[in-house]
Amino acid sequence: MFDFVSFIPRAVMQGIPLLFGSTGETLTEKSGNLNLGIPGVMYVGGICGVIGAFFYEQSLPSPDAIHAFPAIMIPLCACLLGSLLMGLIYCFLTVTLRANQNVTGLAMTTFGVGIGNFFGGSLIKLSGTAVPSIALSATSSFFHRSLPFAQDLGWFGKIFLSYGFLTYLAIAIALIAAFILRHTRAGLHLRAVGESPTTADAAGINVSRYKYVATCTGSMIAGLGGLYYVMDYASGVWSNNAFGDRGWLAIALVIFTIWRPNVGVLASILFGGLYILHMYIPSGMNLAVKELYKMLPYVVTIIVLILTSMRNKRENQPPQSLGLPYFREER
Amino acid sequence: MHSKNQEPLFHISKRDSLVWYKAMLIRLVALLVALVVCAIISVLMTGENPLSIYQTILYGSFGTTRKLWVTFQNVAMLLCLSLAVTPAFRMRFWNIGAEGQALMGCFASAACMILLKNVFPNWAIILCMVLTSMLAGAIWGGLPAFFKSRWNTNETLFTLMMNYVATQLVAYFCVVWESPKGSGQIGIINPNTELGWLPVIGGQKYMLNVVLVIVLTVLMFIYLNFSKHGYEISVVGESEKTAHYVGIKVERVIIRTMLLSGAMCGIAGLLLVGSTNHTLTTTLVGGRGFTAVMVSWLAKFNPLWMILTSFLLVVLERGAGEISTNFGLNQSFSDILTGIILFFIIGSEFFIAYQIRIRKSSTKEAQTHV
Repeated sequence: MFDFVSFIPRAVMQGIPLLFGSTGETLTEKSGNLNLGIPGVMYVGGICGVIGAFFYEQSLPSPDAIHAFPAIMIPLCACLLGSLLMGLIYCFLTVTLRANQNVTGLAMTTFGVGIGNFFGGSLIKLSGTAVPSIALSATSSFFHRSLPFAQDLGWFGKIFLSYGFLTYLAIAIALIAAFILRHTRAGLHLRAVGESPTTADAAGINVSRYKYVATCTGSMIAGLGGLYYVMDYASGVWSNNAFGDRGWLAIALVIFTIWRPNVGVLASILFGGLYILHMYIPSGMNLAVKELYKMLPYVVTIIVLILTSMRNKRENQPPQSLGLPYFREER
Repeated sequence: MHSKNQEPLFHISKRDSLVWYKAMLIRLVALLVALVVCAIISVLMTGENPLSIYQTILYGSFGTTRKLWVTFQNVAMLLCLSLAVTPAFRMRFWNIGAEGQALMGCFASAACMILLKNVFPNWAIILCMVLTSMLAGAIWGGLPAFFKSRWNTNETLFTLMMNYVATQLVAYFCVVWESPKGSGQIGIINPNTELGWLPVIGGQKYMLNVVLVIVLTVLMFIYLNFSKHGYEISVVGESEKTAHYVGIKVERVIIRTMLLSGAMCGIAGLLLVGSTNHTLTTTLVGGRGFTAVMVSWLAKFNPLWMILTSFLLVVLERGAGEISTNFGLNQSFSDILTGIILFFIIGSEFFIAYQIRIRKSSTKEAQTHV
């Protein structure tokens, strides 16, 4: 019998970094910016959180003196700040300087992954441990803490209440983002900027400002995905390149959800499930099949991409000006 | 940027065109500023003086004959992939799937080496490797093109996803063909018989790659600039409507160009497996497919300039690698330096495409950001 009670929480924990990443990227793409730097941003978010937590733990006289509030706020703020800076670099280059978005994004990914691994490696050296990773279990325990009564509620508690606060934050952010995009004036303006900046500009919307705000907010949200991965999923253990290709998977998720963050809540869990499905399917001793299961999220995304373009429904298309810089005086 | 009742501080307008040496000058300045910034960061990290750092960079790339050849080999591979993506970029088809297309080429070559080793003689195996690797790359590139031309499916996202499908496919076969059993990886393929290994010419292991890629560069330059196909690609890139109007079959051009682009990536994969590494891993292409996008763009899609830009990026990477080993820094330091330099060069393009006029009456200093 398929073990749902242990499968779903693990799928959720795999899915949450993707949910953060895809919500951030959806906001960004709705403003017409295709930020391929998201994997880099998520690395930076993760490592900034780790740096913050590392120095806070080091500054304590004894490990027991740790307080919940700074232990959560310092990594959180460091993470937001780091990913905001990445967002600003991207915006400055693509919006103000109108550079090519694909090239800028790929450069950001190189840069961000480099930053993550470089500072990760340096911190590992600083802490002088024998293993190539840093463990911040004290800080992590605060991120990982779930509701006290979750244990008592059996399967219900395990499936719905056994997560750290960032999980619920991710879902809340996704729902809020979906609401803002569809039901508020700001969301309408943002979508207009992404569809046709010329029209938006003519209607008196400040295109550059919307692009800046959406992209920077998007980056900060995506950065939280990195923080969640290190602090909650990996229990505070940073090892280089452990985050892997989740950033790209987050971009895939944006397409899969056809640019809807609220769909992303369930879709991210589905992706997380596909990612770990191989552990639950009896494949005998065949390790190779596991690699094919990991291919599933990408294949499914490609199929969705093809189907949406075939059906050609207007509300399911990528934002019309996605990837194009906007210059008012052109044409 | 704008205040309501005042003339804005500066005004941006598009330049018609800039004389080429001025454009180069702007890029050079950007590069120099980037190098200074990188030097400052390196000095902060290592405490050495900047000159010795640049010396280390040059030493890391050109210091010994071996290092020189490794640099050449890396440039050749990067250049090959950059050439491959260029025709697609010229028609504004954003192929960022070079990584996957090359990996499929690697996969096809390795498959021939493993499966045909007891079936065919050496020359036939090599022939099969050449054909199948090009075919595999072409299929991987052609699929997104087919859907793009038919249903206008977003090619950037499609090609991006195809990279990971290729990676997982290779990961699967790495386990299937593992040797020795249980290691989860393919060691050197045919180490004793050297079946399917491309011939070594001139006594240098990497000579073949370098020579082939030089030939490909010249061919690509001619193809893009002096052939009917190249002309059609340019027209489609400028305006699909114009292309339709003058009777160019846009769908056909898109598919044909992407087949070519993918096949070239396949050749890069063939060289990586057949001539350089003689093995297959998921990280064989090592991100070059993404770097190639930047190389091609930095060179403004001109194959001859690409020699220079790919050299620049490879030297930087290898030099930064040397810095990290010499001064006890982490290898990823090179990624940070590369990132910074790219940001500056990307930013500098703005000053080539646009000019800034500062308001005459303004007493404020001009805001110069590079």
